[in-house]
Amino acid sequence: MPRKTLVLAESRDGQLRHVSFEAIAAAKKIADGGEVVGLLVGAEIGAEAKVLGHYGADRVIVVQNEALKYYTPDGYKQAVKHVIDLEEPDAIVMGHTSIGKDLAAGLAARLDSALISDVTSIEENGGDPLFIRPIYSGKAFEKKRVKDGLIFVTVRPNNIDALEKDESRDVDVAHVDVAIKDLRTIVKEIVKKTTSGVDLTEAKVVVSGGRGVKSAEGFKPLYELAEVLGGAVGASRGACDAGYCDYSLQIGQTGKVVTPDLYIACGISGAIQHLAGMSNSKVIVAINKDPEANIFNVADYGIVGDIFEVVPLLTKYFKEVLQEA
Amino acid sequence: MNIYVLMKRTFDTEEKIVIENGRVSDDGVNFIINPYDEFAIEEAIKLKDAHGGEVTVVTVGSEDAEKELRTALAMGCDKAVLISTEDVEDTDQWSTAEILAAYFKDKSFDIILGGNVSNDNGTGQIGPRLAEKLGIPHVSTIVKLEINGNQATIERDAEGDTEIIEASLPLLVTAQQGLNEPRYPSLPGIMKAKKKPLEVLELDDLDLDEDDVEAKTETVEVFLPPKKQAGRILEGDADSQAKELVRLLKSEAKVI
Repeated sequence: MPRKTLVLAESRDGQLRHVSFEAIAAAKKIADGGEVVGLLVGAEIGAEAKVLGHYGADRVIVVQNEALKYYTPDGYKQAVKHVIDLEEPDAIVMGHTSIGKDLAAGLAARLDSALISDVTSIEENGGDPLFIRPIYSGKAFEKKRVKDGLIFVTVRPNNIDALEKDESRDVDVAHVDVAIKDLRTIVKEIVKKTTSGVDLTEAKVVVSGGRGVKSAEGFKPLYELAEVLGGAVGASRGACDAGYCDYSLQIGQTGKVVTPDLYIACGISGAIQHLAGMSNSKVIVAINKDPEANIFNVADYGIVGDIFEVVPLLTKYFKEVLQEA
Repeated sequence: MNIYVLMKRTFDTEEKIVIENGRVSDDGVNFIINPYDEFAIEEAIKLKDAHGGEVTVVTVGSEDAEKELRTALAMGCDKAVLISTEDVEDTDQWSTAEILAAYFKDKSFDIILGGNVSNDNGTGQIGPRLAEKLGIPHVSTIVKLEINGNQATIERDAEGDTEIIEASLPLLVTAQQGLNEPRYPSLPGIMKAKKKPLEVLELDDLDLDEDDVEAKTETVEVFLPPKKQAGRILEGDADSQAKELVRLLKSEAKVI
């Protein structure tokens, strides 16, 4: 049965986030031949609306309002609910991002609907889609379906392949006016902490440090390596507890769960609580002095050695290889 | 202040997962307070210390959660409530929010705190769902909370950046790591906790039927991720190891 499927896309500084393309690909699987409608919400939305079409959206709706400059649950719920009332979709897909996971849960309550969060793959199952998602931070997985009614899901970044970009698809972009009022939480200020601009959960490459990094200063070579690879820096709980870095970098069962293409663990022993946050990465590299470290049991490639010696060499050789390319 | 904390009993983060008869087995598993809920409990006690009032810790689920509730009481909560769902076949996040909303319907509160996510199901839905059901605002993943009279100033973690947010009470917030350092229960705290009130409620007590809270989603299968093959340890000195790794990542693993 074809389903009209609404996808909430996200843009940052005029650039769409990659997870939005992944969400469109997910929507195509759920839609079962039905229409996929892209939705962008914000204060200033321009040419990026068309780009959703290039990645598979059949048309796009834009809600532009100064009150939507920053994410607030009230503002975004009002905007998206208005569009849902207009479009009456059979399914909704969002990225499992800071905005998506928060908004989806509140909106599901307003719609009195089910919500399957943090989906990493979808089986089409002849029009009755099954959603696979990690539980216990990736130590296990569950396969779920919505019994009946609206199918509402959030998809984890970096897990569902986006469709190939097709710039010949020129889709309709419609603007919808929504009165946004009575915001009960006000964003006063945003303090940017992320230096590289690559979000940890969305990064294709993560360079991560543990207690073996020894100090905040010791993270420097890791940042240099991450920069060369266009990646983000993460950390184990041990490194965060020791005060080497901010808790926002923590990867593990408490902390963030990441699934990049390449995960480079530097001076991380591999406690089970850390493995839960990264063991589903595509390729894992471990660098550790201790040949018995547990991290080597999940690593595809291991180097037994001193991170302060090995990491700068990796930076140097990656630079060379990437320059050739 | 009338302070409520939402708490969930979860597996210890060091536990391995075993699947038996299509479900995650809890045989011999060590349970703890969900780590994010511990931050919420700590913050609730700090609020009480600063502003006076009472902290009630609430959980939904198995009656075995009495142990974790006692721990929360030993940390400094004043009262505990356990809403038992042992008779319900299957619940999901929609169900839990319905149950909590029914519980809070006739309560007066200034603030409700919870963890931003549980380390078992990991959906992060309960806080935002409950706030919506109760018609109050919420702020999720908070790392700092200050309350002055009726006004809250909050720092929130948004994918590494920090948002400074203002809101007024009543309010629901969910805790992110970094909010505080949860205390360990003291020995006198543990002794006192034994005498603190712990109320067990059935769905009946909330005027709910099992059918009213039956899950809207269904779990078809639970499985473990495929076991990883043992990796390759690279030989040689640091320079040749680094060179070889870059080559392998490019030509064999093809990730760069």
